[in-house]
Amino acid sequence: MDFTLKVWRQKSAKEKGSFHTYQIKDISPDTSFLEMLDILNDQLTRKGIDSVAVEKGCKSDGPVTFDHDCREGICGMCSLYINGRAHGPDNEITTCQLHMRKFKDGQTITIEPWRSAGMPVIKDLIVDRNALDKILQAGGYVSVNTGGVPDANTIPIPRDYAEESMDAAACVGCGACIATCKNGSAMLFVSARVSSLALLPQGRVEAARRVKAMVAKMDELGFGACTNTRACEMECPKSISVSHIARMNREFLLAKIKD
Amino acid sequence: MSEKLNSKIPEGPLSEKWTRHKSQIRVVSPANKRKLDIIVVGTGLGGASAAAALGELGYNVKVFCISDSPRRAHSIAAQGGINAAKNYPNDNDSVHRLFYDTIKGGDYRSREGNVYRLAEVSNLIIDQCVAQGVPFAREYGGLLDNRSFGGSQVSRTFYARGQTGQQLLLGAYGALNRQINLGSVQSFTRREMLDVVLIDGEARGIIVRNLVTGEIERYGAHAVVIATGGYGNVFFLSTNAMNSNASSIWQCYKKGAFFGNPSFAQIHPTCIPVHGEQQSKLTLMSESLRNDGRIWVPKRKEDVEKLREKKILASQIAEEDRDYYLERRYPAFGNLVPRDVASRAAKERCDAGYGVNETGLAVFLDFKTSIERLGKKVIEERYGNLFQMYEKITDVNPYQEPMMIYPAIHYTMGGLWVDYNLQTTIPGLYAIGEANFSDHGGNRLGASALMQGLADGYFILPYTIGDSLAGKIQAPKTDVNHPAFEEAERAIKDKIERLLSIKGGESVDYFHKKLGHIMWDYVGMARNEKGLEKAITEIKALKDEFWKNLYIPGENRELNQELEKATRVADFLELGELMAMDALLRKESCGGHFREEMQTEDGETKRDDQNFMYVGCWEYAGKEAGNVVHKEPLKYEFVKIATRNYKD
Repeated sequence: MDFTLKVWRQKSAKEKGSFHTYQIKDISPDTSFLEMLDILNDQLTRKGIDSVAVEKGCKSDGPVTFDHDCREGICGMCSLYINGRAHGPDNEITTCQLHMRKFKDGQTITIEPWRSAGMPVIKDLIVDRNALDKILQAGGYVSVNTGGVPDANTIPIPRDYAEESMDAAACVGCGACIATCKNGSAMLFVSARVSSLALLPQGRVEAARRVKAMVAKMDELGFGACTNTRACEMECPKSISVSHIARMNREFLLAKIKD
Repeated sequence: MSEKLNSKIPEGPLSEKWTRHKSQIRVVSPANKRKLDIIVVGTGLGGASAAAALGELGYNVKVFCISDSPRRAHSIAAQGGINAAKNYPNDNDSVHRLFYDTIKGGDYRSREGNVYRLAEVSNLIIDQCVAQGVPFAREYGGLLDNRSFGGSQVSRTFYARGQTGQQLLLGAYGALNRQINLGSVQSFTRREMLDVVLIDGEARGIIVRNLVTGEIERYGAHAVVIATGGYGNVFFLSTNAMNSNASSIWQCYKKGAFFGNPSFAQIHPTCIPVHGEQQSKLTLMSESLRNDGRIWVPKRKEDVEKLREKKILASQIAEEDRDYYLERRYPAFGNLVPRDVASRAAKERCDAGYGVNETGLAVFLDFKTSIERLGKKVIEERYGNLFQMYEKITDVNPYQEPMMIYPAIHYTMGGLWVDYNLQTTIPGLYAIGEANFSDHGGNRLGASALMQGLADGYFILPYTIGDSLAGKIQAPKTDVNHPAFEEAERAIKDKIERLLSIKGGESVDYFHKKLGHIMWDYVGMARNEKGLEKAITEIKALKDEFWKNLYIPGENRELNQELEKATRVADFLELGELMAMDALLRKESCGGHFREEMQTEDGETKRDDQNFMYVGCWEYAGKEAGNVVHKEPLKYEFVKIATRNYKD
């Protein structure tokens, strides 16, 4: 398969970026999207910019820089806005699980970084997601020290609660929800952690404290508000439901009322 | 035996060793802990749990990872589960049985004392994780559920769907985040350790490259903990994450830490087969699938032909024409034999011409029987996300047609040599989790890597590190302007400069792929003397070519992923050679190390306990002398050594 790629290139956080157009040929439909970018990068490195660039006289920017690691949809490292969709034109996947068979031969593919005020570009397609760590550091845990905890079967947990907690805990922290949201809201990401822990007796103990701390940090870091468009849920590679946002809102309200 | 090789296994009965040891090692008072700095490199299960636990104790901890967040570490990809000897299912499990299964699964090439301790603390891990809010799978009564893994006849594996590693890591990452919030741990992301710094023979700091700016940074401490995982990526194609690498442990080795059993690599039987030359990595299908999946190939070659030509579907082959070869060869354990056994059996069938895809390198993993017995819904609940993952990659629906699988490199049992305190041969330098060699011998059992990472990080290192730090309470903070830091930094800058200035014609991946082919062909699932010698020669030649003909675009002072890969592959080239040397020396078959010269009539591994019941401990003795081997003899006082038998 052959493709025309319009790729966002940006040398650093400080410099302005722009789209560069490349042409890439003979890609097997079984190739993953990131492997296709590997092939592009290999050509950019070994054969030089003229082997793939569409515009003549285009200055070489070297290989395209992008985040990736596990390549099996679990580490949350890969990102990419592909043809206007976070993680590309398929549902319930991260970019590394996208395969070229999902595109048409000869298609033009636009590749951009996440674009959101809370996640600035570092280089090319890589963004800074440090803010997500900071929100979790504010309270996304159960405050227990190592050792001295009760036997694991001391507290029975209804299976349905454990399952729903697991649904929320499946979040990989990729940031697709934030990149997709027109408000740049991190509500789905934050609520996934809040909800997952609030559903379990171990997490209930400090549920009020947790939700207040995490929401405050989220607001402090400049993430937007939720206006219930549900775009985040649509683009979440793990299909995390907006019902967790509802639970977080309730938790937050109750906690605030008690203040 | 080198005098440095003192394993420090405590005397006394097996079940009292750890208790006795804990009562004898020194502790550091809370006031003094505040004065002591510890560096932890890596944030997987081992690193995150260690950094959190050490922070809780009151030490000043600095933790480093190469990703943008500690949560990305490759422990996150572990699917199936974590073992513990809870005996919740009442199926006669015990600490001793878990210990015995692990020693036997490792083909009698691990230390009794270490493995027993691992089994002993396994139960604490489950308690800890539940307290952290890890959503393990539960029964309707609200209690924890278990399943089975290879190499055991009991159900002792705890799990959170097919994302157990992710959930355990999020638990440890949460504990780490709490310490970061409290100020006891400082987190440094997108930093890659490029060297360990020794002052007066002790580990006192590290040199890292800031992967965003390219700047070289120095960090000092009273002790350094390496938790950077394994080196499976030396094979290029493996189930490891793309950025997983061996550079941290390799730099420790080059500075004098011994390397234990480098040739012991695990090949996992159930991975999605290779599809082509452009492939970048292999995807694992969890071992838990072998609970309900049955592995087979056709009995008749004509069916194989038709499958390869896509004239028939697997589901059209009649029951009586299928060869469930694991059930046939190993009736007692069936589809749940250990990984090395299952991998070799798959290779045997494919080598005999029964491979079921175009490349002839695939076998079936079939859920038909289980779906008929339990219904689709139950299978979906147990493995839904794995089935989805398989379909996304292959475009085949595994509810209708069996999965195709083939063995791939997955884990490395070898690693930095450590004593019972998890300290390497360099004082003050510790190695935990997959980065050390200690617990799995020649083959690791499924669901035991998560157990070991968390055992080391939560419950072993926080005790044992105190023993040496108690002697350092008067030691001043490490001065990062010490000449040792200057020298280490200069060496790194020189190396980077050299790599960038080669300006040859080939990319890093070109060399990495070539190395991977050599490793897989000669140092992979089956090894022999001639092949290993050839591998050593070829790797040397490739290394020369690498340093003459590599091309890295861009410069040092920027985010440069090609440069990152180059420093890693430079180390893989040296490590690959050491692996081949170790495999060549070990003229026996044990666990995942299969020397073709040493096999029984029916193709099983043949150990040579007389000559090889030892840990191969390699020392880097400088440029001239190169790699020198020492031997740590393994003593079995409590377990009767036997030939591994999974047949009856």
